[in-house]
Amino acid sequence: MVRKVVRGFYAVAYAVKLCRPSVICAYPITPQTEIVENLAAMYANGELENCQYITAESEFGAASILVGASATGARTFTATCSQGLILMSEVLWNAAGMRLPIVMVIANRSLSAPLSIWNDHQDSMAMRDACIIQVYVENNQEAHDMIPQAYKIAENKEVMLPFMVCMDGYKLTHAYEPVDLLEQGMVDSFLPPYNPPIKLTTKDPLTFGCYAPPHCYMEFRVVMQRAMMRAKKVMEEVFKEWAELTGRNWGGLIATDYMDDAETAVVAMGSVVGLVREVVEEMRKDGKKVGLVKIRSFRPFPTEELRKVMKDVENIVVFERAVSFGHEGPVAIDLKSALFGHCNAKVYSFAVGLGGRDIPRDLIRKCINNAIEGKVDEGFHFEGVKEFEEVII
Amino acid sequence: MKITLGAVSKPYSALKMKTGDWGTHWPKVDEELCTGCGTCEMFCPDMCIEVVKVGEEEVNGKIKEIKKAKVNYDYCKGCGLCAEVCPTNAIKMELKDIYKV
Ligand code: SF4
Ligand code: SF4
Repeated sequence: MVRKVVRGFYAVAYAVKLCRPSVICAYPITPQTEIVENLAAMYANGELENCQYITAESEFGAASILVGASATGARTFTATCSQGLILMSEVLWNAAGMRLPIVMVIANRSLSAPLSIWNDHQDSMAMRDACIIQVYVENNQEAHDMIPQAYKIAENKEVMLPFMVCMDGYKLTHAYEPVDLLEQGMVDSFLPPYNPPIKLTTKDPLTFGCYAPPHCYMEFRVVMQRAMMRAKKVMEEVFKEWAELTGRNWGGLIATDYMDDAETAVVAMGSVVGLVREVVEEMRKDGKKVGLVKIRSFRPFPTEELRKVMKDVENIVVFERAVSFGHEGPVAIDLKSALFGHCNAKVYSFAVGLGGRDIPRDLIRKCINNAIEGKVDEGFHFEGVKEFEEVII
Repeated sequence: MKITLGAVSKPYSALKMKTGDWGTHWPKVDEELCTGCGTCEMFCPDMCIEVVKVGEEEVNGKIKEIKKAKVNYDYCKGCGLCAEVCPTNAIKMELKDIYKV
């Protein structure tokens, strides 16, 4: 493996190339990222063998092309985010129901209106219920590593579901970081070619996602849920295999630090985990019994894992980059439902960094301290908000 | 009952679903007015109105086909688009007998 200083875009694109995709399709304009631009360059340079690179007229078109391609047995890739993901969403629900293991990178960005192109998790959270696996990565090495793992999990016959690798837009995608780039042989030994049991061919046409009247629709939903639940075990196995192969152990559906004797658990997802970990380490030095829980897999949700690590904690502090308007933050909602009846901790959830708002270290520390000292009410809060006057005309 | 991966089935299963009973109205083509222009065929979202040859006539010493629009009532959903777009107003949407009180 060679260590290179590369941008997040490249780390992902390079890993996709090593997975030998057959069809890459994307809408090339805003809110697209350089992930597909890098892949286009690799394609133009002849580095992507046996691959078709298609630019579509919209994200809806891009997702639709991949549905068709994936049904023929092609390994497929796309990247999008923000409004682009929302435009894809109708097709992606179909991709999930048709059980097509399309792998996509979401360069997490906010949704309009007001118009914003900066980072938060609102876009992928809007796809929460679509039966698409969602893993959030902390840095560009994890993003790079997640691509081959995503294909292996999604294409597992027990799973057969689309997979979203969620990486923070700008914070990761545009950032230069040192990344140990995988080698072709390593990826080939880990990831077998995709060979699904059913393939669409012109000789033997099939209907995918056929008409399901009330007498059989529910059963299809039951098997989708089962596939999601089976994915948990498959993910654990693939993560472990990856750790053995590369020596990089990113954890399971969750990853924890200092949780053994923690009284306060701090929960986060994505790039902010790095900052939260540093704050937790500093607080440990001050003698505070704080631990970190990084949620890696948001769908399937790590219910059992969270119950286990949260069993004895007194406070739970959640930092998240999205809101379910009219309720609270989506991570806190799911966390509470998972822990109900299993843990009596007080849960404080803080929406931070929406629309690319900076998340200062002091803000993280203040939120955790306030929760520990009971200076803030349980439940949902926006943090890092300026003084403002709401004008109702 | 077998639940297939991704709801995959043999094609043309939709043929078994006779959707013609979904609508409340039938399109009825007045063959006197229909010129066989094919506009309705182009617009029908369910591909169930078709211009077909119904006979021949002699015009200036040449044999010409007579074409008229024919509705496939097994699948026509009664949306009324054909009636809306017909340039000669040859199609009328008629309430089905079962809906008449
Ligand atoms: S649009 Fe009217 S005139 Fe033309 S083929 Fe249809 S029914 Fe006949
Ligand atoms: S009523 Fe609608 S579905 Fe029926 S023939 Fe006319 S256009 Fe087609």
